[in-house]
Amino acid sequence: MERAPWMRGGAFLIADTPAEAVFTPEDFTAEHRLIHEAARSFVEREVRPHLAALERQDWDLTVRLLRKAGQQGLLAAEVPEAYGGLGLDKVSAALISEALAQGGSFALSHGAHVGIGTLPIVFFGSEDQKTRYLPALAAGDKFAAYALTEPESGSDALSARTTARLAPDGRHYILNGSKQFITNAAFADVFIVYAKIDGERFSAFIVERDFPGVATGPEEHKMGIKASSTRPLILQDVPVPVENLLGEPGRGHVIAFNILNIGRHKLAVGCVGGMKEAIAEAVRYAQTRRQFGRAIAEFPLIQQKLADMAIRAFVTESMCYRTTGDIDRELSADGGPADGRDAARRIAEYALECSINKVYASEALGFVVDEAVQIHGGYGYIEDYPVERMYRDARINRIFEGTNEINRLLIPEMLLRRAMKGELPLLQAAKDVEREVFNPSPDEAQGVFAAERRLLTVGKRLFLYTGGLAVQRFGQALEGEQEILAALADLAIEVYAAESALLRAEKAAERGGGRAEHQADMVRVYVREAFDRIAARSRDALAAMEEGDALRTHLAVWRKWTRYEPVNGKRMKREIAGRILAAGGYFA
Amino acid sequence: MNILVCVKQTFDTEERIVIEDGIIQEEGVRFVVNPYDEYAIEEAIRLKEAHGGEVTVVSVGPERAEEALRTALAMGADEAILVDDPRARADEAAVATVLAAVARQKPYDLILAGNYAVDDGSGQVAIRLAELLGWPYVATVIRLMVADGRATAHRDAEGDIEVVAAPLPLVITAQQGLNEPRYPSLLGIRRAAKKPIARLRLSDLGLAATDVAPYTEVVATFAPPAKQPGRILSGTLDEQVAALVDALCRVERVVS
Ligand SMILES: Cc1cc2nc3c(=O)[nH]c(=O)nc-3n(C[C@H](O)[C@H](O)[C@H](O)COP(=O)(O)OP(=O)(O)OC[C@H]3O[C@@H](n4cnc5c(N)ncnc54)[C@H](O)[C@@H]3O)c2cc1C
Repeated sequence: MERAPWMRGGAFLIADTPAEAVFTPEDFTAEHRLIHEAARSFVEREVRPHLAALERQDWDLTVRLLRKAGQQGLLAAEVPEAYGGLGLDKVSAALISEALAQGGSFALSHGAHVGIGTLPIVFFGSEDQKTRYLPALAAGDKFAAYALTEPESGSDALSARTTARLAPDGRHYILNGSKQFITNAAFADVFIVYAKIDGERFSAFIVERDFPGVATGPEEHKMGIKASSTRPLILQDVPVPVENLLGEPGRGHVIAFNILNIGRHKLAVGCVGGMKEAIAEAVRYAQTRRQFGRAIAEFPLIQQKLADMAIRAFVTESMCYRTTGDIDRELSADGGPADGRDAARRIAEYALECSINKVYASEALGFVVDEAVQIHGGYGYIEDYPVERMYRDARINRIFEGTNEINRLLIPEMLLRRAMKGELPLLQAAKDVEREVFNPSPDEAQGVFAAERRLLTVGKRLFLYTGGLAVQRFGQALEGEQEILAALADLAIEVYAAESALLRAEKAAERGGGRAEHQADMVRVYVREAFDRIAARSRDALAAMEEGDALRTHLAVWRKWTRYEPVNGKRMKREIAGRILAAGGYFA
Repeated sequence: MNILVCVKQTFDTEERIVIEDGIIQEEGVRFVVNPYDEYAIEEAIRLKEAHGGEVTVVSVGPERAEEALRTALAMGADEAILVDDPRARADEAAVATVLAAVARQKPYDLILAGNYAVDDGSGQVAIRLAELLGWPYVATVIRLMVADGRATAHRDAEGDIEVVAAPLPLVITAQQGLNEPRYPSLLGIRRAAKKPIARLRLSDLGLAATDVAPYTEVVATFAPPAKQPGRILSGTLDEQVAALVDALCRVERVVS
């Protein structure tokens, strides 16, 4: 496929995506909506009535519900039709994840099975492995789990100690080791296990629970997501048939990284569902709780919180579906992927965006559930109110699928790697920005969102300016400058978030109507707040890299670029909140 | 057994109604299959599963009603017809005339519809349809058995249960409690996506504009006034009675 420059992963930092080319929730097809509705109905009718029992870890119930999900096709979306699946697009899969997120942490049981559990086989399985495992996994006859983490090997996943040794018969690998924090371990039938062949070559294996020597440890006592099973997996001289080696020996990291991309993407989408639910709870409570003779929803400070919560949800939703649309476009280009590996490779084009969404979404959800508790006052601290659980459940999202620190470090690293490989003309763009220093501040762009567009252009410039300086200043040693790397990651995250929201609102403005106005208000407030963070983050990074006259020169440029007219955010947030309250929850 | 199910797409019952310049605003509204029609669809599919035959769903409505028909197909209906000619839905009489024309296109044994649509709530269409076809009609059914060309229906008669027997062909309307409608599976949705929806104009049904000329006209649409908080009368009993009579006669004007 001929790719326009803006289509490449990471290109948003140097090119402008046309609004009409970005996928937004307003672009869902009728089939997408039906699929979302079917998933919502499943959650509403089958899962939500059992939330309390699920929290008490009734794994038989979890398994029954997963089976039912299987009958409804909710485990089959991403399995190709040839292997008993439905082969749906990623937008459909995302809508299912988003809907499931409203079923408490049953969503994790579902998500780990369809995502990190099943997809390694979809993408990297041999023909034989796919025919043996996928139909049962898609139907809900068997359930899957993913075992990468070990007690001594968390973020540093490639340092795994689990070993695989070819048995003298040459037909089995013998696996030894233990895995930590394995989601679905209580009932999974199939584990994707990473181990090092002869202690060296990092590889992935399909391990069945029934193989001799496979055991699980006791259930962890967790802070939240209690309806999701988390246990160690213990492997003692487990004979794994050589046919169950997944992919090639020594290439396990390729599988692990690709699955992490998807895992991060799905996690972000799930956070969107979680935010919408928390907002609905907060609105409901604010409208019924009365203090000082009126509903607390009438107090401007409560309204401000609701507006801020809705804006975060809107921004996250915009980013997630933008990325999903990009992935679907990439997956359907040139007649579709040749095989599973090709599909994984195409998805990896947007690995950067997956990391960005993971970090942003998990922190946005953290913000939203925190404010949802706050709106509930003391009742938010009491178990009888769903926000108490949501608050605890949200916390894990910043930890798994790569901690947010690890993802922040990965973001500039991935960008630099793409730049070095010549896949993204970042270095050229950084040079161009240096020349801009002597030009006046970027002009007001044209159109409805002229001021916001200008701020975004400046945001991209600040990223390139700061990043360019960091590369010049530290070269190879940049790896040790984690604070600078994290600052660069934040700039990239803020730009992607603000731009995704802006593009969506621009596309909506073309269509017109009341929603477009609502979106426009959210974007006008949000882009300015994000810009303030971008400005502060880049200033501090500059100050950490230079001093004296050199710093003063940089700051002069910085000041010239970062001046802008503020808007009356107070008024706009009252209007946004008014619409959220009238609608009884999030809408965009 | 061939069954025709009449389906309307309505606002989700949770939606707030916004009226601007006398027109109900549809932007951003979530549409659903009219809940009573969902019972009708479910019952038709169950009858098909028990007795064989085909289920056809029909909607007289705008383009967006396709989504309601797709839902019915995804639940298990076999064929779908959309009459999206705006003249066809001018009023209840027009809709019934159009549905009667659709019903005459094929030999149906049973027509199922919802008790009423949750938006307009007129409850007229099914009974008009039965009248136009000259078929018997049983309303607000909560249990239905069909065998040997006859139907036995339990109907909700304002709290009592009335058991009615009638010969086929027959028009039945569904009341809440008739069944628990299934929600579509993803496989059902995929299959439904591949099924065609027949789009008919008035002329396809052999109808002229004069056949569907409306009898009624909506002259105004407005939201009910916001509910005022209740008033607690105080004073002696006589004072309270006097205040109540005054309020009923002069404020509420329910007594003159
Ligand atoms: C409920 C739950 C479910 C899970 N499910 C699964 C599962 O199904 N499968 C699976 O394989 N794993 C699973 N995990 C494991 C999870 O992915 C890891 O916990 C996570 O990757 C972090 O590893 P760790 O806990 O060892 O933390 P560590 O890696 O020890 O990190 C501790 C802290 O140090 C920071 N840190 C680490 N390295 C660096 C660095 N280079 N620079 C700066 N800071 C650094 C981290 O960000 C973190 O703040 C699960 C965990 C939990 C809690």
